[in-house]
Amino acid sequence: MKLLFELNGVPQYLDVEPGERLLRLLRRLGMKSVKEGCGTGDCGACTVLVDGRAVRSCLMVAPQVQGRRVLTLEGLGSVDDPHPLQQAFLDAGAVQCGFCTPGMILVAYELLQGNDDPSPEDVRKAIAGNLCRCTGYVKIADAVLLAARWKQEGKWR
Amino acid sequence: MAVETRHRGAVGQSVTKVDGPSLVAGKPVFTLDHDVPGALVGKILPSPHAHAAIVSIDTAEAEAVPGVRAILHHGNVPRVPYTTAGQGWPEPSPYDTVLFDRKVRFVGDRVAAVAAETEEAAEEALRKIRVEYKVLPAVLSPEEALADGAPVIHDEPDAEGIYDAKHNIVAAVDIPVGDVASALAEAHVTAEATCEIPYSQHAAIEPHGVIAYFDEAGRLVLRTSTQVPFHVRRIVARVVGLDPARIRVIKPRIGGGFGSKQEILLEPVAALLALRTGRPVRMAYSREEVFIASRTRHPMRVAVKLGAGKDGVLQAIDMEVLSNTGAYGAHALTVLSNVGSKTLPLYNKAPHLRFRGKAVYTNLPVAGAYRGYGATQGYFALEVAMDRLAEALGMDPIELRKRNHIRVGETSPIFEKIGEGREGTAQVVRSCALADCLRIGAERIGWKENRGRRREDGPWVHGLGMACAMQGSGITGVDMAAATLVMQDDGSFRLLVGATDLGTGSDTILAQIAAQELGVPVDRVLVYSSDTDFTPFDTGAYASSTTYVSGNAVLRAAQSVHRQILDVAAAALGERPEVLELAEGAVASRKTGRRLTLGEIGHRATYVVDQRQIAATASFTCPESPPPFAAFFCEVAVDRETGVVRVERFVVAADCGVAIHPKAAEGQLEGAILQGIGHALCEEMLFAPSGRCVNAGFFDYKLPSSLDTPRIEAILVPSEEPTGPWGAKSISEIGINGPLPAISNAIYDAVGVRLTRAPFTPERVLLALRAAGK
Ligand code: FES
Ligand code: FES
Repeated sequence: MKLLFELNGVPQYLDVEPGERLLRLLRRLGMKSVKEGCGTGDCGACTVLVDGRAVRSCLMVAPQVQGRRVLTLEGLGSVDDPHPLQQAFLDAGAVQCGFCTPGMILVAYELLQGNDDPSPEDVRKAIAGNLCRCTGYVKIADAVLLAARWKQEGKWR
Repeated sequence: MAVETRHRGAVGQSVTKVDGPSLVAGKPVFTLDHDVPGALVGKILPSPHAHAAIVSIDTAEAEAVPGVRAILHHGNVPRVPYTTAGQGWPEPSPYDTVLFDRKVRFVGDRVAAVAAETEEAAEEALRKIRVEYKVLPAVLSPEEALADGAPVIHDEPDAEGIYDAKHNIVAAVDIPVGDVASALAEAHVTAEATCEIPYSQHAAIEPHGVIAYFDEAGRLVLRTSTQVPFHVRRIVARVVGLDPARIRVIKPRIGGGFGSKQEILLEPVAALLALRTGRPVRMAYSREEVFIASRTRHPMRVAVKLGAGKDGVLQAIDMEVLSNTGAYGAHALTVLSNVGSKTLPLYNKAPHLRFRGKAVYTNLPVAGAYRGYGATQGYFALEVAMDRLAEALGMDPIELRKRNHIRVGETSPIFEKIGEGREGTAQVVRSCALADCLRIGAERIGWKENRGRRREDGPWVHGLGMACAMQGSGITGVDMAAATLVMQDDGSFRLLVGATDLGTGSDTILAQIAAQELGVPVDRVLVYSSDTDFTPFDTGAYASSTTYVSGNAVLRAAQSVHRQILDVAAAALGERPEVLELAEGAVASRKTGRRLTLGEIGHRATYVVDQRQIAATASFTCPESPPPFAAFFCEVAVDRETGVVRVERFVVAADCGVAIHPKAAEGQLEGAILQGIGHALCEEMLFAPSGRCVNAGFFDYKLPSSLDTPRIEAILVPSEEPTGPWGAKSISEIGINGPLPAISNAIYDAVGVRLTRAPFTPERVLLALRAAGK
């Protein structure tokens, strides 16, 4: 079938098998930040934003994004021009192996879209569906709060 | 701190991780992020039985599936006994594994492998392989394994290195020091604890994956998520019968390991499928396969008996271990040995020691290396027994530790008696800040004010517990790391290391160690690591070795390059090297004040006079293994009605020498503590009577989420290790040793029952409360 959707701001029009998982499609399109940690919806490593909402791409099939906007980590910032959230993850020491990082940054992005001044408890709740086996979540929570502060200070672009 | 000020700034700074920018940008840096054109998909057929003989395999129907390119099984693969454990050589684990056997020994054991054009074709082929099994009686616990007449799990004649295969005993140790029995009989007080740890998993979020392909010269390249690239090369070469010189192993970024990737699992299968088909092959474990077919912690029962004088000074420690290695003996002997070798020296005041134990086969998943590596199991029992001893003596548990723990200048006979599968190495502790850790941690948690208070709120009762631990930094007499440091013509540096960064940050830390010596910022040192074609040898990332062993190799290489730079500068300036100083990217003369930048020096050496490559390769073996130390404190709340245990606070104060990268060191502690909290509260692989794991996924095997943990408070307590690079020793494992005993001791403080079987689930807590009539 034909699928039309927007990926990181760029329209895509392509053929997909109706049963193809969104995770597989996105990786096939080169979005390797979308990670598979479990394939069963339990780890959050495959998180992407669809119309601004965090979803698990391993649980969706490609046709579900028909006509919608998909954002992956690649669409947020780059090595040369990182998004403040990406910078905050670096500065706070929130990245160990980095495998959970794309999903973590995207759920944090969703949180900060709707909440400029999250409490530590808000942050803990927002990342609760994303597993990290390396960090104990301490510095990930620090990173999100740091990015929130930058946002309040008007440092987000 | 003796970190000399003329070298500025790199050590002790939480600089940006060298791989950080690409990781936060989501660049394709992990194993399976590479698309190799034309790659086949490899898949493995797992055994449905815990113990069975394969009577026949019929692959005709599977081969007929369109797109299937190769099928491997015992009938068409040469039989080479080996061990999957990625350890140094000679290998201490038994050769009790072959790629495909005529017998399967656990549910999930490898029966056959398929390579096909698509995942769907590979899966269809797996379904169409007809296997006839003769089911054998299975052994599902270590007690059954040791029973008279138990089925023999390894009856194959060509296995090597098994202690007593007929009785399912992989390994056994018995190391007496002095006379424990008499010392216990004569002790003023005794205390004991028998603690059990179940099957649990590393659960790195990245599952194991590998891509096998051929380079332009037709050599086999394995891009793989491993902790041990050089062991992968050595072992794969032997198992698939290829000259090691024809194999290149690359470890890209990997998504966590914790020991699970110190194992050679998918690599030889992918290699053989690639060799058979002449095509690239990619293989990945699903999460379920990671659970059943990768590796686990060794489930253990550890019994400790302590005897002490009236003053609390230990007279005797008796430790006995029963370890379950599962169907194969990967790391069986070495993990068993470490239960004693990494715990008993901590309390070196006891003159009488006995450490004995067995590791046995069962028809359950295969245990292997897991962060803590036996020490975790040992400390659970030792530190619960110490809590009991303190109680019997009427002494504060911290005071009891203070009277017994090892100090600078002291030793323990255990260092020499128990090594990794062989004798160890005598050593003296040269740095130890455990006394400070105990004081600082106790203050932070409010030990004096809150211990023994049993504060109640509703059904919740609060309690405090503590524990201590040590670990090592590398394996004496076994580990070796090398580093090559090259100065470029522009005055920047290239650092090549075999060391393996699993996400721990070791690439960054090694760059810092070099930068500190060379007086440059970290970003002037480009790190290239873990590629058997381009980087020098390193035994790999395990046994808390990288900062200390690989770090010392880097420091030596940097010192040599430093000298060479001064020589070139001396010739250029017409001065003696002794009056020159390297700092802030330049060499300056103390006598004349004249300066040459590193760029000028690099340019001169490369192009101008007396041309040469400024470079050095250095190695470091591990003559001693300086232990890091830690004190753990936690506050728990126990719900008397439901049995639920909540960790309210967790404080760890740890001495890792000089922390090269403080945030990375804290991160190691925080992550290890949370894994330990998982062990203590919720993590356990469960098995059906058939031997099948029934919770092989993240839905049923619960990892702690951000809501299941308090904010872990990690405090780095400085010491200076004179043999370490810039005073550093290890930090990656020690944190996981504390939570089990500290939480168990805190539960006791709260509600007066001892939990000795992990995890401390609500059911177990309630049962213990009922049994105690509470
Ligand atoms: S891969 Fe989708 S939730 Fe784990
Ligand atoms: S940083 Fe490794 S899983 Fe989160």
